[in-house]
Amino acid sequence: MHIMEGFLPPFWAAFWYALCIPFWIWGALQVKKIFKEHPEQKLILAVSGAFIFVLSSLKLPSVTGSSSHPTGTGLSAMLFGFSVTAILSTIVLVFQALLLAHGGITTLGADVFSMGIVGPAVGYYTYRVLRGLKVSLPMTAFVVAVLADWATYLVTSLQLALAFPGDNLMHAYMVFAGVFAITQIPIAIGEGILIWMFFDFLLKSRPKLIHQLLGMKTQAGAGQKQAEAGA
Amino acid sequence: MKDWQKYLLALAVVVAIFAIPFVVNGSAKFGGADMAGSAAIEQQQPGYQRWVVPLWTPPPETESMLFALQAAIGGSIIGYFVGHERARMEMERKGAKKAE
Repeated sequence: MHIMEGFLPPFWAAFWYALCIPFWIWGALQVKKIFKEHPEQKLILAVSGAFIFVLSSLKLPSVTGSSSHPTGTGLSAMLFGFSVTAILSTIVLVFQALLLAHGGITTLGADVFSMGIVGPAVGYYTYRVLRGLKVSLPMTAFVVAVLADWATYLVTSLQLALAFPGDNLMHAYMVFAGVFAITQIPIAIGEGILIWMFFDFLLKSRPKLIHQLLGMKTQAGAGQKQAEAGA
Repeated sequence: MKDWQKYLLALAVVVAIFAIPFVVNGSAKFGGADMAGSAAIEQQQPGYQRWVVPLWTPPPETESMLFALQAAIGGSIIGYFVGHERARMEMERKGAKKAE
């Protein structure tokens, strides 16, 4: 999903930056609030960021015969929402743009918008829907991670199509989605399984904190005593 | 099924997902999709010239080192967290036994 440095014309580079600004501001305020008011959540925030760090560094092979990387944003999107995830993703994308020549500074706005905002937003609202349907939390985390990953690449395709529409925007979208969409499916599923595993573990080790983050009342019963002692 | 068995099975599925491509599509080059995206730009708008080049492009060896470093940073944090939590749960279990 990295759009390489200089590959978006100046207008579009500025356009995606502008769309990111409110999320950066809101996200920074949220992160500040977590540090000040909920220091007990800091470790979970760090781990959520760590998932983005690891997964977005892995270029994985796909059945289509090309390689692509997961985004790792699902966990953070579900637990902290998409503005905080935008901040975490920006850190990773700046690291990759400056040190790895992967993505770029002119395309940072577009890359943050796809990976840090729309993907995680799709993940977050998926979480809301699945929670309404009473799907189990680890299973929800799986679906959230898969869709956050996949949506990111659909947005990248749209961004490239808008910048290079040719004669027909729809055709252009198909060209770019053709590069990313199918390749990404098995990668997104693999990422989803990893995040499912971790969420399953997290629910066992910190049930109370996770329920606090998700704004749910801890269910009375097994595990609660342990959780209280640990929190 | 015990937790570790469940996790091990899940990991095996993940490994399979990323190993199957080499079996069913062994002759492919597995180039990066990001690069293919840039190539598709050329197809959509032949002759497009990037208007900015990266400030710095690492040599290939340094690039793979930095990718590994990025994964190592994230992996260390996750490993630290899992170890920390497991030790904490273990201690609580012991504490609870003593209290009885």
